Amino acid sequence: MQRFKLFLPLIIFVILGAVFYTMLSDDYNPQDLPSALLGQSVPNFTLIDLHTDTVVTEKNLPQQAYLLNVWATWCISCRVEHPFLNQLKRDGVIIVGLDYKDEKNKALQWLKDLHDPYTMVLFDEQGKMGLDLGVYGAPETFLVDKDGLIHYKHVGVVDEKLWLTTLKPLYDSLNH
Amino acid sequence: MLHSLRSFVMVLSFLITGFCSIPLFAEAIDVHDFTQLKQGAEKEMRYRRFIDELRCPKCQNQNLSGSNSPIAQDLRRELFRMVIAEQSDDEIKGFMVKRYGNFVLYEPPVDKNTLILWSAPVVMLCMGVCFALWFKRHQRLQDAEKLSPSELKALEQVLHKYG
Repeated sequence: MQRFKLFLPLIIFVILGAVFYTMLSDDYNPQDLPSALLGQSVPNFTLIDLHTDTVVTEKNLPQQAYLLNVWATWCISCRVEHPFLNQLKRDGVIIVGLDYKDEKNKALQWLKDLHDPYTMVLFDEQGKMGLDLGVYGAPETFLVDKDGLIHYKHVGVVDEKLWLTTLKPLYDSLNH
Repeated sequence: MLHSLRSFVMVLSFLITGFCSIPLFAEAIDVHDFTQLKQGAEKEMRYRRFIDELRCPKCQNQNLSGSNSPIAQDLRRELFRMVIAEQSDDEIKGFMVKRYGNFVLYEPPVDKNTLILWSAPVVMLCMGVCFALWFKRHQRLQDAEKLSPSELKALEQVLHKYG
C-alpha cells in the first residue's frame, strides 16, 4: 500500500498526459460546434442570385443532394479551399454557394479569377441567411439532401481527406 | 526628485492606458439608441443583460458584449431588434439556441451531455466531505494508539539505556 502511494503521482500524470495528448490530434478542433441544424431543413430565405440579380428562395435549391458552401472574398481559408471545390465540380458534385457578408463586385471578380465551382450563388450581403444557418465563420459547408434536410456540417476548409473519409460516402448514399 | 519622477511616470502610464482603451471600448459597444423608445431604459437594461449572458459562437471565451467579431455584431443587432419587438426571454433564447445550439448559453439546460457539468460540484463536495470525515477518523485512531504514561516511561528508560 505504501509503495502504491509512491507511484500515485506518476499514475495520475500518465492518465492526464494521455487525456491531453488525445486533445492534440488533428481531428480535435476546440472551435467545432455541433450544428444545431443537423436533421433540420435549410431555413427559408429570400435572397438575390449573385450572377443574375434575380430573387431566389429555398424553392430554387437543387432537387438532389448538394453541398452548401458558405464563403466570402475576405475569408482567407476560402481561397485555400477554392481549388478543391473546382475539382469537386469537375467530378460532378453539385455545390451551391452562399456569399456571406460580402461585396458584390469583389465576389464576381473572385469567381472570374478563380473559376466558379457553384451551380448557383446566393448573395447574403447582410449575413441574415448565415445567421439562420448558424454560421459563425467562413468557410462552412453543409451537406443537404434532395428534401432540403441538413445531414452534415463542416466548419473550416473542405479538403480531399475530409471529402473522401466523411463527405463523399454521405453524399453518395444520399444520391442513391 | 526621484519621487516626483516616479509619480509623473505613473500618471503618464495611467493616461496612456486610459486613452488606448477608449477606442476599443467604443468599438465593442455599437450604436443602438434606446433613448427615443418607450420604456427605453428598461429595454436597454434587458439588452445589456442578454449581451452579457450570451456567449459569442466565434470567440469562444467571450460573451456577446465583449466580442468584436462580425457574428457578435450581427447577433447584437438581432438582439436589439428582438428587445424592441418586446419578445419574451424564452423567444430570444430560443432564437439563439435554434441557430447555435446550447453552446451560446453560459448556463445550459441539464441533459445527458451537461450532466457531468451540473453534477460535478455536488459530487466533488460529497467527495471532500467523505475525505474530511475519513481523515478525522484516521487521526482519532492514531491518537488512540498513543502510549500510556507507564509505557512512555518504559520507552524513555530503554532509550536512555542504549542511547
